Amino acid sequence: MGRITLDKVVKRFGDVEVIPPLDLTIEDGEFTVFVGPSGCGKSTLLRLIAGLEDVSAGEIRIDGKPATDLPPAKRGLAMVFQSYALYPHMTVRKNIAFPMKMAGLSQEEQDARIKKAADALNLTDYLDRRPGQLSGGQRQRVAIGRAIVREPAAFLFDEPLSNLDAALRVGMRLEISELHERLKTTMIYVTHDQVEAMTMADKIVVLRAGIVEQVGSPLELYKNPRNLFVAGFIGSPKMNLIDGERAKAHDATHIGIRPEHLKIVESGGTFTGKVLVSEHLGSDTFFHVKVDGLDEPMTVRAGGEVNMRHGDTIHLEPVSEHLHRFGPDGLRIA
Amino acid sequence: MARAVSTRRKTLTTVAAWAVGLLIFFPILWTFLTSFKTEATAIADPPVFLFFDWTTENYSVVQERSDYMRFLWNSVIIAGGSTLLGIIIAVPAAWAMAFVPSRWTKDILLWMLSTKMLPAVGVLYPMYLIFIQLGLLDTRIGLTIVLMLVNLPIIVWMLYTYFKEIPGEILEAARMDGAGLKEELLYVLTPMAIPGIASTVLLNVILAWNEAFWTLNLTAASAAPLTAFIASYSSPEGLFYAKLSAASTMAIAPILILGWFSQKQLVRGLTFGAVK
Repeated sequence: MGRITLDKVVKRFGDVEVIPPLDLTIEDGEFTVFVGPSGCGKSTLLRLIAGLEDVSAGEIRIDGKPATDLPPAKRGLAMVFQSYALYPHMTVRKNIAFPMKMAGLSQEEQDARIKKAADALNLTDYLDRRPGQLSGGQRQRVAIGRAIVREPAAFLFDEPLSNLDAALRVGMRLEISELHERLKTTMIYVTHDQVEAMTMADKIVVLRAGIVEQVGSPLELYKNPRNLFVAGFIGSPKMNLIDGERAKAHDATHIGIRPEHLKIVESGGTFTGKVLVSEHLGSDTFFHVKVDGLDEPMTVRAGGEVNMRHGDTIHLEPVSEHLHRFGPDGLRIA
Repeated sequence: MARAVSTRRKTLTTVAAWAVGLLIFFPILWTFLTSFKTEATAIADPPVFLFFDWTTENYSVVQERSDYMRFLWNSVIIAGGSTLLGIIIAVPAAWAMAFVPSRWTKDILLWMLSTKMLPAVGVLYPMYLIFIQLGLLDTRIGLTIVLMLVNLPIIVWMLYTYFKEIPGEILEAARMDGAGLKEELLYVLTPMAIPGIASTVLLNVILAWNEAFWTLNLTAASAAPLTAFIASYSSPEGLFYAKLSAASTMAIAPILILGWFSQKQLVRGLTFGAVK
């Protein structure tokens, strides 16, 4: 079991309130991702749940039981750190065994669990090495192994992939998702990378300055962003946000159009501009277009075979049913 | 990145390094050689280097005239005791400064180190009076305390530098893994800090062993360590170079041997954190 409830949780560092009263429930077995720009309080929130930071006000419950005043060791949670935080003086085997040793498990039980974890994470050949002799990806797997063997109520991941190179990151992303499918244990994952959030999460919590901007499934957030911030943050490349007269025509302060919801037309179209840069990814092509009367260039997604060059004139027409409208308060207009 | 160095340059550097090394080592070698000469050969002009009648007479005279073992024992107690006491006080201090720093931490560290810049003789008089008042003059415990205090800033500073290198996340990981404060200290912190603690201990034993100012001024007979043993041979009746050399050799031999076997550890301790 691993249902985590945050009830009006507040965190202050001195006079600075980094997390204003926050309510959040993470259901048992859910893969929840906290995402937001740097300094939005996502790591602090995770550390509050872990017990590594003290809550200034409010309550945290794990499986209905109050956990606010419990030390980290007593919360039954396991954490994977960005820096892996392996014990450098211990072998991989001892690293993985450490939480079980602390829990007072029998040697046979420890050995059985180490074997299982090592098999699952491809670490069998490395058990007698020290962390210093492993690659980044292997170290991260050891950190995950150390977390798994505890059979925790929930796993906490604090930007676990940001120290890995791009190729390894995609691989580890899949491994963690697979692990979640297999274990069905609650996982809370902190990242600033919205692609990680979109690809891994059952539920995304978008944070800004300690405030929850929106909670929902990846597609919910993508299709119905609650406000301008979420609209701009979720999705890659970013949604095109336009204000001024063109927004007013739709009875809104801002309108938002995702790059794939702009159709290239022969002539006419709502937007006309010149191609600044075209990015050919093979499957898709992204055009960055300088549109007359707009400050920011617009991004358009087209098929891989579409070919236009710098300076070419382009006519664009948004797909009207996918047009997002936002009011003066930045909130979505239904 | 490795730089290409020509063979000629390499040879020159090697020769220069050896020359400097020998220059520094020469006084010790000379002391050692003189300790095997007769008093007459010791002051011969021109000086004799290797070709003289080697004798161990000086050593037996020195051993007869003064009880070497007693001085040695005092040195061991004072150097070992002051280091141990210093470590016991410095570990929690360095710990707190490294892991729970306050806004005064840096200032305190600097202030502590600045006390080392004070000439010791400046506080000799008050120290001497305090020692008389407390009945600590010429006692091992008194000297142990003084040497501990003298070296404490260095011990704290060294340990602080070491502890700073231990990432806080590892300690947090231990907490998440179910370790209480005791287990965290025992299984994670101490094993990771042991190389640092070891080189700090070594350096301080050496510093305390060689300390002469306080040991000469605050002892007379019963608590006198090896530094006083050497000094007792530069007597007012005239210098006995050969015997003085024999006494010196006997006094520095233990620490030299200790230093020799632990030089790797020492170099690592002194340069730790300098190169990441």
